[in-house]
Amino acid sequence: MVIERRWKKWVFFYIPLTLFIIGTLFPFYWMFITSIRPDAELYRSWRAVNNAPFWTLHPTLDHFQDLMAKTTFPTWLWNTFFIAVASTLISLFCGLLAGYALARLRFPLAGTLGTSIFVTYLVPPTLLFIPLADIIRNFQLGNTPWALILTYPTFLVPFCTWLLMGYFKTIPRELEECARIDGASRFGAMVRIIFPIAVPGILSAGIFAFTLSWNEFIYALVFLSSPERKTVPVGVVSELIRGDIYFWGQLMAGALLGSVPVALVYSFFVEYYVTGLTGSVKG
Amino acid sequence: MKNPIAGGAGGAAGVEVALPHPRTSRVQPRTRVLESERLLAALLLAPAVLLLGTFIAYPFVMGVWLSLSSTTVGTAGTFVGLKNFEKVWNDSIFREAFQNTAIYTGLATLFKLSLGMWLALLLNRHFRGKRLVRASMLLPFIVPTVLSTYAWRWMFDPTFSVLNWTLYKLGFIADKLPFLSDGVWGLGCAIVVNTWRGMPFFAITLLAGLQTINPDLHEAASLDGANAWERFWYVTWPLLKPVTLVVVVFSVIQTFSDFQLIYVLTGGGPANSTHLIATYAYQIGVATGLLGEGAAISLFMLPVLFIVVWLQLRYLRRLEGA
Repeated sequence: MVIERRWKKWVFFYIPLTLFIIGTLFPFYWMFITSIRPDAELYRSWRAVNNAPFWTLHPTLDHFQDLMAKTTFPTWLWNTFFIAVASTLISLFCGLLAGYALARLRFPLAGTLGTSIFVTYLVPPTLLFIPLADIIRNFQLGNTPWALILTYPTFLVPFCTWLLMGYFKTIPRELEECARIDGASRFGAMVRIIFPIAVPGILSAGIFAFTLSWNEFIYALVFLSSPERKTVPVGVVSELIRGDIYFWGQLMAGALLGSVPVALVYSFFVEYYVTGLTGSVKG
Repeated sequence: MKNPIAGGAGGAAGVEVALPHPRTSRVQPRTRVLESERLLAALLLAPAVLLLGTFIAYPFVMGVWLSLSSTTVGTAGTFVGLKNFEKVWNDSIFREAFQNTAIYTGLATLFKLSLGMWLALLLNRHFRGKRLVRASMLLPFIVPTVLSTYAWRWMFDPTFSVLNWTLYKLGFIADKLPFLSDGVWGLGCAIVVNTWRGMPFFAITLLAGLQTINPDLHEAASLDGANAWERFWYVTWPLLKPVTLVVVVFSVIQTFSDFQLIYVLTGGGPANSTHLIATYAYQIGVATGLLGEGAAISLFMLPVLFIVVWLQLRYLRRLEGA
C-alpha cells in the first residue's frame, strides 16, 4: 500500500472527514436542541450576553407534549405511514411482475416498453401536478388517502421495475428451467422459485420506495386539504405555522418525530437501502 | 413444452385429461394459458402499464391541453393556442425563475459532485467506525426534505440565526448576514441546503463505483511514480466516469424540477426573486388558480428534461452496444 506520513493523514483524511461529519449532522443536532429548549431561551437576541445556543441547561418536553396533545400530529404520522406502506406494496406488486416480464420473457415491443418505463422514471412529479390535480378531482379522489396511494406509484413503479429487472437478470435461467422440467408452469416457477430468490432485491426496492413516499411533498400538498387527512410534511408546513408566526420549538419537535420512523426503517436496513440507492441509478 | 398436445385442435384440453400423460396433465388448463410468453407478458405488464398510463401519460396529454387553454379553477377553458406560453415567456418573474433554476441546478450539481466525490474517496479508506459513519452520512438524504429544510430555515432565521451568532463570536462579521432576506443570498442558501441534502447520494453511489475498481491499478500507478492526484486523475476518474454521468443525470433532473426546498426555505420571496420553475408554476396554477398558465409554466421544464433524458438513453444504448 501507499505509505503516508502522519501529518498528511491528518490533513488529508481526519480533518476533512470530521468536517464532513459535523456539516452533515449539525442540522439534526440543531433540530434536537431546539425541540427541547424552553421558549424563553429560544427567542433571545443573537447578541445577548448570556446566550449559549449550542446547549441548554433547562431541557423540556413541552414542545413534544404540545405537539402530541394540541395538534393532529399523531394522525398525520399514521396517515403518512399508511399511505407510504400502501403505495409501496402496490408499486412492489406492479414492479415485480413487470420487472420479471421485461427481464425474462420474449414478446414484441419488449424493448420499447422497457425504455418507456425508464423514461417515466425520469418524469418529475412537478411536471404533472397541475393536470393530475384536475384528474384526481374528476375521479372524486380529492382529499382522500387514495389520491396519494394511487399517484405515488407513478414514481415508485418505474424505479421498482428497473431495480427488480436488474435483479432478475442476475438469477440464472437454469433454476427456472429445472423447475419447469419438474413440471412447474412458467407462472408457478416465477412465483415459487424466482420470487423467493429475489427477496433481497424486493426488500431493497421496498425500503427505498418507502422512504421516497414518506418524503413526498407536492402531491400531498396539492391533493389534500383537510387537516386530519394530511401527511407529516404537509401538516407541518400548513398547520404548525399559524399565520406568520413560527413556533420553532414545536416545529423542530415535529420535524424530529416526523423523521424518526423513516430513519429507524433505514437504520435497520442500511445495506438494503444502499443497494436500492446504487441500483436505482445503474443501467 | 411449447406444444404439449400432438395435433391439438379444438377439444384437445378435454382429451388430454382422459389420456394418461403424467407430465402434461399436471399442468392445469387455467395455468397452461400462461405458458404462452406473449400472453403472460401482457398479463404481467398490465398493472404497471395501466397505472403509469392513467397517472403519467394521461395527465401529460391533459397538461398539454390545459396549457393551450384558458382553464381556471371552476371554469372550463377554451382553446387559446400558444397564448399562455407567450404570456409566460414575456413575464419577467418567469424569466427570473428560469434563470434561478438554471443557476440553482448548475451550481448545486457542481458542489454535490465535487463534495460527493471527495467524501466517497474518504469513505473508501479503512478506518474504525466506517460503517457507522457511512450510514450516518446518508441521513440528510433519508429525512424528509421539508422537515430538514425547516431546521435550515431556523438556522438562517433573521433574528435568531445560530450561524450569525457563531460567525459574530468568531469575529468574522460585525453585523448579521441577510441569509433569506435578500434574493441573491436566498438562492445561495437554497444551493447550500440542496448540496447538503444531495451530496450523500453522490457520495454513496460513487463509493459503490470506487469499490469496483481493482486496487492493483493504484498499486501499479504508484510504483510508476504517480502521486495521489495523478492516481485519481488517470486511474480513478476514467473508471468512475460512467457511474458519475448517471448520477449527474438523476441529480440534474431532481434539482431542476425541485419544489419543496424553495417552497419551505424562501417561498419564492423576497419579492418573487428566488422562484424556481416549479414553485412559480405552483403559485400561478394552484395558489392563483390559473390552471392553463400554470401548466404552461411546468411544460417549460420539458425541453431541458428531454435533452437530459435523451443523453441518458443514448448513453445506455452505447453501453448495451459495447
